[in-house]
Amino acid sequence: MQNNTATTAAKASGSAKASNLVQSAMAACLGVFVIGFVGFSHLEVVHNAAHDVRHANAFPCH
Amino acid sequence: MFRAIVFSAVPVGIITGIAITLMQMVGTEPLILKAETYENAAPAVAEAAAPAEHAHAPGVAAHDHAATTDEAAGHDHGDGWAPADGFERTAYTLGANVLTAIGYSLVLTALLSMTNLQHNWRTGLFFGVAGFASVMLAPMVGLPPELPGSPAAELAARQTWWIATALATAAGIGLLLLRREPWAAVLAIVLIAAPHVIGAPLPPAGEEPLAPLELERRFIIVATVTSFVFWALLGALSGIFLKRLSPSA
Repeated sequence: MQNNTATTAAKASGSAKASNLVQSAMAACLGVFVIGFVGFSHLEVVHNAAHDVRHANAFPCH
Repeated sequence: MFRAIVFSAVPVGIITGIAITLMQMVGTEPLILKAETYENAAPAVAEAAAPAEHAHAPGVAAHDHAATTDEAAGHDHGDGWAPADGFERTAYTLGANVLTAIGYSLVLTALLSMTNLQHNWRTGLFFGVAGFASVMLAPMVGLPPELPGSPAAELAARQTWWIATALATAAGIGLLLLRREPWAAVLAIVLIAAPHVIGAPLPPAGEEPLAPLELERRFIIVATVTSFVFWALLGALSGIFLKRLSPSA
């Protein structure tokens, strides 16, 4: 019985860890998306709005 | 965990974005504006100096000088909308800085949360310095920060090289930090060196920047130092906020 509880707990903590990893990965993807939009979008309006930031961050520009 | 990372990255991004905009207002911004005066003056000069019909040595294909000088003057904002100089331009710069900082903080905080390291200002700061090395130092070896009016290779090629270099460098630093095996160190060194062995897309031969060299050099220095402060602040704050918001802590 105790063993069972321990296994269940271990499984639960394992899946919580996996879920945390997936959620962290999703947060990282969201971050990459935001940076890509501000720094790398070819849309002219976005380029012009973020122009000086692109230069200062050494993002390839123009 | 997703919520914790987002709730941490947003305030970190706002604080860092505001701080860095203030630094840019006295640092990079005046240099960009000064370079634009050269850039805006350039098309007129280029037109006046446009060479008359001429013959080339055999083997040189016929070409259109007008097109190349236009490209050298570069920086085609087209006829599209752009923020007006002054308050509006600074406001958009602030917005872009805050968004960039939120984006980088999301990535940094997510990566920090994936490791077994403690979450605090010191580990955050270390990740920040690693971020600076990955997205500023490494790409700028091949593609230094440029003032408006600098000649450059095709945009998509430079963006591809920039992204690949940042990823390879970050992966290399990650391996060095997290793995103790010798093979990991060897792989890390290969990853960090490879983009520079392959080489960045270079500007076309014979084209000169429009702004004076001294201005260009000063811009590189100021942009690099500003970026370092950006990353140090972003990293340390991300560590502090993640520690407070992390569900496991």
